[in-house]
Amino acid sequence: MARRWTNDLTHDDVTPRPLWLNRRQIMAGMGGAAALAATGAPAMAQGLEPNTLEQISTYNNYYEFGVGKEDPAAYASALDIDPWTIRVDGMVDRPGEYALADLLSGLQSEERIYRFRCVEAWSMVVPWNGVELADVLDKIGVQSGARYVAFETVVQPENMPGVRSRVIPFPYVEGLRLDEARHPLTLLATGIYGQPMPKQNGAPIRLVVPWKYGFKSIKSIVRITLTDQQPPTTWNRLNSREYGFYSNVNPEVDHPRWSQASERRIGGGLFSRRQDTLMFNGYGDEVASLYAGMDLRENY
Amino acid sequence: MTLAQRINRAQRVLPAWPIYLIGFGWMGWLFWLGLNGDLGPEPINALERRYGLLALQLLVATLVVTPLRTWTNISLLKYRRALGLMAFGFLMAHFLVWALLDLQSLSRISVEIVRRPYITIGFAAFVLLIPLAVTSNNASIRRLGALGWRKLHKLTYPAILLGAVHFVWLVKGYPLEPFLYLGAVIALLAIRLVPKRRPAARAPAGAVTR
Repeated sequence: MARRWTNDLTHDDVTPRPLWLNRRQIMAGMGGAAALAATGAPAMAQGLEPNTLEQISTYNNYYEFGVGKEDPAAYASALDIDPWTIRVDGMVDRPGEYALADLLSGLQSEERIYRFRCVEAWSMVVPWNGVELADVLDKIGVQSGARYVAFETVVQPENMPGVRSRVIPFPYVEGLRLDEARHPLTLLATGIYGQPMPKQNGAPIRLVVPWKYGFKSIKSIVRITLTDQQPPTTWNRLNSREYGFYSNVNPEVDHPRWSQASERRIGGGLFSRRQDTLMFNGYGDEVASLYAGMDLRENY
Repeated sequence: MTLAQRINRAQRVLPAWPIYLIGFGWMGWLFWLGLNGDLGPEPINALERRYGLLALQLLVATLVVTPLRTWTNISLLKYRRALGLMAFGFLMAHFLVWALLDLQSLSRISVEIVRRPYITIGFAAFVLLIPLAVTSNNASIRRLGALGWRKLHKLTYPAILLGAVHFVWLVKGYPLEPFLYLGAVIALLAIRLVPKRRPAARAPAGAVTR
């Protein structure tokens, strides 16, 4: 498993705030080249440039607010996130109803720039802020028999038009194997670009598992359950042929209705080129060992 | 004067050509919006969906014309060709955005058409409509004869049905919208099977009444 690694630079250190707020505005201007030169060197070495906050927060899948990509940005302002309590139960030493601040207090805050790959074959690069899920698990005390972590999204029918139209079953549920959950890449994110998490992106706290398709990264979490059984997951329950429990990004295993071999990075405009999708979304060095000996075609 | 009569009188003076003007204008305007980043951060998908939906909506409109005349005596036949051709225009735009801007390679296009059933049927609908678009003119009606032409243009029925199924099949989960279109198409096709109401006075002399 990868060693613990922490950042001391934030996005404000490498890119002035007006630039990441809406890069489209400055790309046209003289400042474009200088701004690009100033973004983080490791990211640039991979040809990566984080998407702007505007892009990240206006193109979302959050079916509780509707099926359109623009629906979450249009309706999520109604989401009530204060106060926020997370119910921790199952095979844990310290179960209970945790206030969000209590659950996170004392934990090392992280800034992680991750590729984000949706099962619909589009992708972004997102600078998340949050804590490692492993730290939260240590805090609540995982009992020895536990093998999986299950998560549940909030349901506020009066604030969520998509819940009222029941386009998929709610509450949305997701889950990880315990070793996936404990992996240092796995985050519980509370912000983007150093700002509080936009509601349409899953405020106030959401999962981020960068080597899996985006729907695994469940939003607006209100419940964390440790269990010894593989927990049900929403899309798998709805259509198990199309969505497996693992749902690792894998260019060689197509979704029955579309190819996963390539993807389009959001933000390239009308003539944006497709690019090849990377195995485990480019995190193979870090996570491939979790699946050693497993047939990934079988366990999609 | 009844409403039907009033509408029928109005359609005598209202020409069909503005449908083309508005249709192509709207098509170009949407492209312009996409070009300028005003269709959201993912304009290719947005344009693909907008063009496809407009094609389906216009196709449904062409299906309304005949039952409307049968059951209400309102005749909008004059506009059906423009609606149908404009639907084909948007379908062509939908296909081109998908092929050229979305998939960007001939090998991807052929693989997708063969391997993804919802794309296979969408493409089949497009292919079925090609001969209809080509023969949507007076010269073709003369050449084919009214009967032959009408027979050929019955291909709209399977094409529109395939288009509606294509829409239902491509979405994730069970949103209402595509099912409403499919329901409308099925209803508009089914209503054609209902025996036509013919005012007794207009039945030709000596006709056998069932």
